[in-house]
Amino acid sequence: MAIVAQSSKYGQIGRTTLAWIVGLLFFFPIFWLVLTSFKTDADAVKPEFLLFFTPTLENYVNMTENYDYWRFARNSVITSVFATVFTLAVGIPCAYAMAFNPARRTKDVLMWMLSTKMLPAAGVLYPMTFLTKNILGIFDTHFLVIIVLSLINMPIVIWMLFTYFKEIPREIIEAGKMDGVNTWGEIREILIPLAWGGIASTALLCFIFCWNEAYWTVRLTTTDAATLSKLIEGNRAPEGLFFGRLSAVSAAAVGPIVVLGWFCQKQLVQGLTFGAVK
Amino acid sequence: MGKIVLENVTKSFGDTQVIPPLNLTIEDGEFAVFVGPSGCGKSTLLRLIAGLEDCTSGDVLINGDVVTQVSPSKRGLAMVFQTYALYPHMTVRKNIAFPMRMSGMSEAEQEKKIQAAAESLNLTDYLDRKPGQLSGGQRQRVAIGRAIVRDPKAFLFDEPLSNLDAALRVGMRLEISEMHARMGTTMIYVTHDQVEAMTMADKIVVLQAGVIEQVGSPLDLYHKPQNEFVAGFIGSPKMNLIKTDEAAKHNAATIGIRPEHLTVSTTDGAWKGTVGVAEHLGSDTFIHVHDTGLADMITVRISGDIAVKHGDRIFLTPEADQIHKFDANGLRI
Ligand SMILES: Nc1ncnc2c1ncn2[C@@H]1O[C@H](COP(=O)(O)OP(=O)(O)OP(=O)(O)O)[C@@H](O)[C@H]1O
Ligand SMILES: [Mg+2]
Repeated sequence: MAIVAQSSKYGQIGRTTLAWIVGLLFFFPIFWLVLTSFKTDADAVKPEFLLFFTPTLENYVNMTENYDYWRFARNSVITSVFATVFTLAVGIPCAYAMAFNPARRTKDVLMWMLSTKMLPAAGVLYPMTFLTKNILGIFDTHFLVIIVLSLINMPIVIWMLFTYFKEIPREIIEAGKMDGVNTWGEIREILIPLAWGGIASTALLCFIFCWNEAYWTVRLTTTDAATLSKLIEGNRAPEGLFFGRLSAVSAAAVGPIVVLGWFCQKQLVQGLTFGAVK
Repeated sequence: MGKIVLENVTKSFGDTQVIPPLNLTIEDGEFAVFVGPSGCGKSTLLRLIAGLEDCTSGDVLINGDVVTQVSPSKRGLAMVFQTYALYPHMTVRKNIAFPMRMSGMSEAEQEKKIQAAAESLNLTDYLDRKPGQLSGGQRQRVAIGRAIVRDPKAFLFDEPLSNLDAALRVGMRLEISEMHARMGTTMIYVTHDQVEAMTMADKIVVLQAGVIEQVGSPLDLYHKPQNEFVAGFIGSPKMNLIKTDEAAKHNAATIGIRPEHLTVSTTDGAWKGTVGVAEHLGSDTFIHVHDTGLADMITVRISGDIAVKHGDRIFLTPEADQIHKFDANGLRI
């Protein structure tokens, strides 16, 4: 008895230690980033100031005064919010139809949607730029960024929603039909309230993906619709890297999303495990 | 008003046809029960009437109107599901109010109907609970409440009591029967349970592999089964079917005799055999008799108790006017 209890106690300590190590390992880059953001560009590359240095707010002041941080931040918020709303507005009815009125080829459609994620983005860079700039004339607009972010995230959002909707007993939806509701009524009165947790975590994840997207937001914008990703990209100055400045910009770009993630941990875990963890 | 007619209705899932062309009329105010072995298409037929499945061909008529293309929400029927299918996020009150709210009924009217339904179903104390906080019987009563408040043209029940324990089942069976007597609305009821079928139905529809084997009143089916399948299906314990020379003596390919129409003696009788298992229920005794040379086993039901035990020699005599005769195709002669 004593031996079993003791060994399981050691096991507990071992697991806890391991969890801390892994956790810190993942946390370290963020910590490093924040630390560096309080150093001057000169101090940032000097090993002797690794941990002990005179902190300065110079980078942050510089960023808000000279680089127009708030405009980029506003663009990030606008594009991410609207892209998330639009993705859900299309994704919910779509996933609903596939979950409750499957046709013979529904599974294939789902697979096909996922397969679009496998297309290398670089492969369509030129056509996308040409099309949006020279033909449609929507280059560097919020509209374009919102559409692109929506389309990028649509497959994963539909997959997630589909998985959540599948868990709702079919009879409950059918009871709704028998009770005299039409399709929109079913979605509004039954589906959304019942799948609320799943929809919220899907929305959160979609928002984070939109916020973090860098490939297209950097390439399809210049100034008007440029997001925080573009701000980071823009601070990779040709004269060499200004680590202090870059770190401040990066910290200010990932900051909001880290805070958001922190407050919504539970939904996020649920979202990423498709509700497997109850 | 709720007369329901199925005209040449068929249903296929992919390439498999589960309902071959089928015709059926259920009169206004009738209590019709669908019975049949598992997988014979009872639920499918009910769902075709409800509109939850599309007919592959043929038509469904309600009160003379073709509703084949009409969506379930517009057919004016109410359905009670085996799994209750309550809305888990709404209280009992909201569950019952839901169909009325969807039809745009005034709040005051809704409240009046909720109170009336809750009273008749003993739910008054539970109106503010969520379905998760109710027992199975209470949940099924909520489901029934949700169905009655909208004055449907007909009620559809798909094995509504099969998730309840035996005692509760008897109680709910009576409640539903009373409800039918009081409201006089057409009801279609799917069940596995012989007793439910026999006691509740005005009309029983016996199905096998999507085909209607017989339609009739419970006693019709009991006394005059049209074929061997119905004979074996209706009645519990099952009718004994005998195919040996004994059948030929009656100029039939098969004869059937119900367990309750055999008399038992320890001294003499028409057939003899040995007792296998004797099941003593107190009010009745079921005796399984072997080695009769008539069938693998003959079941006898006698009322009261009888002192027989395993291995006893026993004589059986059928009541002459209770012998059912069937031809080589299994049809009643
Ligand atoms: N959605 C479906 N897709 C394919 N086959 C189906 C579907 N629904 C039912 N079936 C088939 O149709 C047949 C009839 O099914 P149904 O559910 O109507 O039987 P049932 O008489 O209600 O059985 P039970 O008494 O077990 O409820 C079965 O063989 C079943 O496998
Ligand atoms: Mg069924």
